[in-house]
Amino acid sequence: MMQLESVPLWLALPIAFFLVAGSTLTLLGTVGLVQLKDFYDRLHAPTLGTSWGTAAVMIASALLFSWLQDRPILHELVICFFVMVTTPVTLMLLGRAALHRDRIEGRIAAPPPAPAGPEE
Amino acid sequence: MTMLTPGNILLAAVAYAQLALAVAACLATWRTLRGPRAQDRVLGLDTLYVTVMLLFIVTGIRLGAPFFFEAAMIVGVLGFVATVSLAKFLIRGEIIE
Repeated sequence: MMQLESVPLWLALPIAFFLVAGSTLTLLGTVGLVQLKDFYDRLHAPTLGTSWGTAAVMIASALLFSWLQDRPILHELVICFFVMVTTPVTLMLLGRAALHRDRIEGRIAAPPPAPAGPEE
Repeated sequence: MTMLTPGNILLAAVAYAQLALAVAACLATWRTLRGPRAQDRVLGLDTLYVTVMLLFIVTGIRLGAPFFFEAAMIVGVLGFVATVSLAKFLIRGEIIE
């Protein structure tokens, strides 16, 4: 905790801004997760936290540890990149799973048959 | 009257971030427990993983300890694997075919 005193003001302000922005976006995403009525609406809300929520917190962490250890610390960007790459994959899979279950139970209609195109 | 030093600004920002992420984790837990259907619970669990990962990073900033970075990385990877396998389970009814 004493290490934080060594950070100069011009660096403390952006770090504080990124921390506040990232955590607020994550909180808003989970508020949407609780408030929205339909599953397919709720699927979009947490991505607020996995896109700029994660990115802002990781940028703040990278800036702070780069100053404290006096060399560029970039391994936070690995987590940032990993989360940004994997979130669309997992949510696409989850959306497909929900669609599959809803169709089997007849909650939503199956899509119309594909228009007849040229045979491959 | 506290001084508005850079350290105090950072401490206030870190405290706010910890509080906001803790509330976010509680809301994700609520959706996981409540969620009317299985896919809502999986979505809540995925959100909980990401939120706790960010909470670890912020705690690491507060303590100045790089140790929390590895823990956050493991939580992130486990969250990815857990969500993918649960979604696959929802589709197929089994994970390894």
